[in-house]
Amino acid sequence: MVDGASLIHPTKAHMKRRDFIGTAMVAAITGCATVAPSSKPHVVVIGGGYGGATAAKYIRLWSESAIDVTVIEPNPSFISCPLSNLVLGGSRQLADLTLSYEALKTRHGIRLIQDTVSRIDATGRNVTLAGGQILRYDRLIVSPGVDFIWDQLPGAQDKVLHAWKAGAQTLALRAQLEAMPDGGTFAMTIPAAPYRCPPGPYERACQVAHYFSRAKPRSKVLILDANEDVVSKGALFKRVWAERYRGIVEYRPGFNTVAVDAAKGMAISELGDKVQASVLNAIPPQRAGAIALQGGLANINKRWCEVDFLSFESTQARLVHVLGDAIQTSPLMPKSAHMANQHAKVCAAAIVDLLNGRVPNARPLLTNTCYSYVSDKEVIHVASVHAWDAAKRTLLVVPGSGGLSTAPTELEGVYAGSWAANIWADTLA
Amino acid sequence: MRAIILVMLALAGDAAAADGAKLYASCAGCHGTGGAGVGQALPVLAGQSKDTLVASLRAFKDGSRPATIMQQIAKGYSDEEIAAIAAYLATQKSKP
Repeated sequence: MVDGASLIHPTKAHMKRRDFIGTAMVAAITGCATVAPSSKPHVVVIGGGYGGATAAKYIRLWSESAIDVTVIEPNPSFISCPLSNLVLGGSRQLADLTLSYEALKTRHGIRLIQDTVSRIDATGRNVTLAGGQILRYDRLIVSPGVDFIWDQLPGAQDKVLHAWKAGAQTLALRAQLEAMPDGGTFAMTIPAAPYRCPPGPYERACQVAHYFSRAKPRSKVLILDANEDVVSKGALFKRVWAERYRGIVEYRPGFNTVAVDAAKGMAISELGDKVQASVLNAIPPQRAGAIALQGGLANINKRWCEVDFLSFESTQARLVHVLGDAIQTSPLMPKSAHMANQHAKVCAAAIVDLLNGRVPNARPLLTNTCYSYVSDKEVIHVASVHAWDAAKRTLLVVPGSGGLSTAPTELEGVYAGSWAANIWADTLA
Repeated sequence: MRAIILVMLALAGDAAAADGAKLYASCAGCHGTGGAGVGQALPVLAGQSKDTLVASLRAFKDGSRPATIMQQIAKGYSDEEIAAIAAYLATQKSKP
């Protein structure tokens, strides 16, 4: 055997080899067949959505595979929330939005475990899975998305569809819309901001109206919004409702739904107003996913997780980073898939630096691009660029950057489709 | 002394290249990992010359090149950041 190590330190190399053989023999004798732990640093990622999957991939890319990454995700495949309103409108199938995790494993060498995390032990630097397995970490990324605050919407849980996490509920809501007789009313309740995907409910209203305009032209869409005005792209959406969906969409601001009567399809407001619908869709108030609360990370109103935006490390637990919809955002930063993708890259770069003893980049830059389909083809956008402000220690919109579409166009529809294909590849391929 | 300066310059060069990769990552959601975008709607950025990319981005930024969204995004990046992103993309292969 002639290699560099044996030429320089023949004795040492020989010793190492003997030690290794000795350890292997002991393992064989005692029947301890588990794989020896890798000497590489280990990052555990809770959640394989837009935040977690992207962070996992970019840690592997930027560390050149020098960091082991394990992703814990309960779903067998990735289902995109962006574009899922098109399933309600009828122009896309849920299968189009359902993507494989395979490339993360085979191409990037990421370990995926299909399970949930039941406990974070930040002191012991480990997580316990529902299946009982305990995983140690050098850095932990928590990207659990949102959970619903059901006790603020009595009568709704398991009785009224939210369809605010793409999947079975999306299909169930589409089925209810198909079964609804022409002349019926679809009512959707929107919680007070902040919630996941600010323009999402208004896009949904457009998609259902698009479907009604073709298949059930005497039917109505009623938006019951707890907010005082449309939260995102307001002027654009209101113009679409007044012109394209005239006589179909009715917008009712300041309707704060505090209970539902599922049997009657009824939403009840804080002021006691009652609205009955043929199909009721209640989007509940939201907070960070349950594991973030268990881990003591959701320090803002017991809902959202405060982070240091230079690394996305929690202000509540060392070596634990939080991404995506679960965080307390900086000013004008939406809870969006695109933003989670951006959090993931700042976090991945910082973790690679920190595990190599380097100081993370002091000038991170993040963009947001958010497309909304107002029909099957026409789209509007909102965009922004967010940069670190050292004096205020937060991310602020770069003055002069960002903006909105002037009107819905089919060209932006092409770009929206391209956005989806590219962000899916950036996350998973 | 000269050797120290050369080492420092070499380190600074590495830092700029690294910044280009990290800065470009903020574009990859729409333009693909490493600039290797999928689909036909957008041009592939990987492997374009640095000068072409700088000229395009600065034209978006000053409004002389019309766009739906890039004129809004480009205004968020300084000329130095644009140069670092362009230099990084020029080194990337168009097909991974």
